[in-house]
Amino acid sequence: MPTKDRKLTVARAMAEAISQEMRLDERVFVMGEDVGPLGGVFGNTRGLFEEFGAERVRDTPISETAFMGAAVGAAADGMRPIVELMFVDFFGVCFDAIYNLMAKNTYFSGGNVNVPAVIMTSTGGGYSDGGQHSQCLYGTFAHLPGMKVVVPSNAFDAKGMMTAAIRDDSPVIYMFHKGLQGMGWLGTEAGATVNVPEEEYTVNIGKAATVSEGEDVTIVSLGMGVHHSLRAAALLYEQGVSADVIDLRTLVPLDRDHIFNSVKKTGRLVVVDEDYQSYGVSGEIIASVVERDISILRAPPQRVAYPDIPIPFAHHMEQWALPNAEKIVRACLRATSN
Amino acid sequence: MNPTPEQKQWMYRHMLVSRLFEETIEKIYLEGKTPVFNMANGPIPGEMHLSNGQEPCAVGVCAHLNKEDVVTATHRPHHQAIAKGVDLKRMAAEIFGKETGLSGGRGGHMHLFDADVNFSCSGIVGQGLGPAVGAALSRKMQNKAGVAVSFFGEGAANQGAFHESLNLAAVWKLPVIFVIEDNAWGISVAKETATAVDRNAVRAAAYDMPGVYVPGNDPDAIFVAAGEAISRARAGEGPSLLDIETYRLAGHFMGDAEAYRPEGEKEDLLRKDPILVYEKALLASGDLSESDNSDLKEHAKREVDEAIQFARESQFASPASALDHVFA
Repeated sequence: MPTKDRKLTVARAMAEAISQEMRLDERVFVMGEDVGPLGGVFGNTRGLFEEFGAERVRDTPISETAFMGAAVGAAADGMRPIVELMFVDFFGVCFDAIYNLMAKNTYFSGGNVNVPAVIMTSTGGGYSDGGQHSQCLYGTFAHLPGMKVVVPSNAFDAKGMMTAAIRDDSPVIYMFHKGLQGMGWLGTEAGATVNVPEEEYTVNIGKAATVSEGEDVTIVSLGMGVHHSLRAAALLYEQGVSADVIDLRTLVPLDRDHIFNSVKKTGRLVVVDEDYQSYGVSGEIIASVVERDISILRAPPQRVAYPDIPIPFAHHMEQWALPNAEKIVRACLRATSN
Repeated sequence: MNPTPEQKQWMYRHMLVSRLFEETIEKIYLEGKTPVFNMANGPIPGEMHLSNGQEPCAVGVCAHLNKEDVVTATHRPHHQAIAKGVDLKRMAAEIFGKETGLSGGRGGHMHLFDADVNFSCSGIVGQGLGPAVGAALSRKMQNKAGVAVSFFGEGAANQGAFHESLNLAAVWKLPVIFVIEDNAWGISVAKETATAVDRNAVRAAAYDMPGVYVPGNDPDAIFVAAGEAISRARAGEGPSLLDIETYRLAGHFMGDAEAYRPEGEKEDLLRKDPILVYEKALLASGDLSESDNSDLKEHAKREVDEAIQFARESQFASPASALDHVFA
């Protein structure tokens, strides 16, 4: 079968990248809750236990503080751990090991000790899982120095960025949106399941991508928001507005040039983010344009982000609060109305 | 196994260096901080946590360790670093924040990293346990020699990290030795008001590992207990917990008025200064001659003086080099 016809879910793309790197490099191993025989709650370690066994695909106790700390120690000692934090919402029970050790040891050691670990963690809601299993927290991780942060929106990027993350000598936080995973029971955005080459490849960390080209407005988004933005771009096109849609793919390091160059062309900026609005990704994207040259803007920047509220359980309340294509269309029309 | 005379002298020598180093640091720390104490002033700014009194824990354990063994230490790390063989000159320079320091001044005294001897420490209570478990896991998975030792205080035994890490190390049967330096005080809070058990050694039972209490702040007794735990780890028999009674002869940090101590405690502890006690014992047993003793003291002084001189004479890195080494 030709490669171009091989569609994979994000979950399978992640597992494939990990298995290929595990074959190439004995130092690579996986640990976390339910990553073994179960194959990961979100399917991203499926098949690994069968191929590599319990030594390299380690189910852990529910002890995030210990196993995140262990990842730091193992990585500093020459291993390349991939650690799953099942829901990003759980970071509160182990953040010390992540942001004070994993993220800072390279710096504190003056570059003498590296921590080549990957943390893969699920983000996002939309399926009524309540406010401790639905957050994105992109800005929280991206805010703290010393960690690279990637957020793939489709299976091609998911595989290439996982490979790049495993090979990176710095810690990488790999944030995958549950709604893109391709797990039957979660409901999946169809656009995330795309053709994926069988061979290994990398998608460079730190490079954004333009996923739809236009002239009138720039929509910047990440993860699930990219798919909402693409739908919005199609709706806008019918109304005579063409949108440049940028998939950030990486939050740290942020591809500020890519964003700036698009806004320079369109003069208008709309940022779509499923993370909380204030003090986060959307503000940083806007700042990265206006602090460089505010004169390129022909309208005030717009945000479609999660309101500053805990995520509600009830379906109608949660859906009301989430970004969607209609909200993005309205924001773009506000931006292009003058 | 009891230490040989050579091992006793090794322990005594490293305690002398550690003590002399800290006494020197203590004096320099106060430069620029009198008459008004301002932590930001002087050649060594910031917090300073001295380990004097706790030296036996470091030497009794590290006497069994090689370069490849991993140590994770605490915010009070000097005695452990010296016993593990961290380069004293570069360590001193780091404490001064100089370019020649272990990390070029980015870490400071709570963040000493010497990859050559697999030593690191960190600033928050209970942080080193997980990394020690991970280092031990790495050795086991790579089938490489070496054990991991995590030093921490009795206060850390009330952290979740302690319980999670002991459990994980036991479940995976890893070559880790968890070493509690019980100095009886968590800053100003006495252990008996913060800890539900008299001795933390009993907590080892919850994780199905040996837990040994070592009273007396005595290098030889610590050496014996550590030797058994480390042999066990090297033999692939899994982790152990050592619970060592020790004393903090100084405050939590320099500037601590220590008003929380009961009257007479400090004087009592100073009378029990473990280095003086050990010196007397070694001289009495003949494991140390008077002339060896003065040689060791002279050697320690020279080593410390050279390290301090190196630190003082070293340059500061350019301020903008603060931007380097954020990523690998």
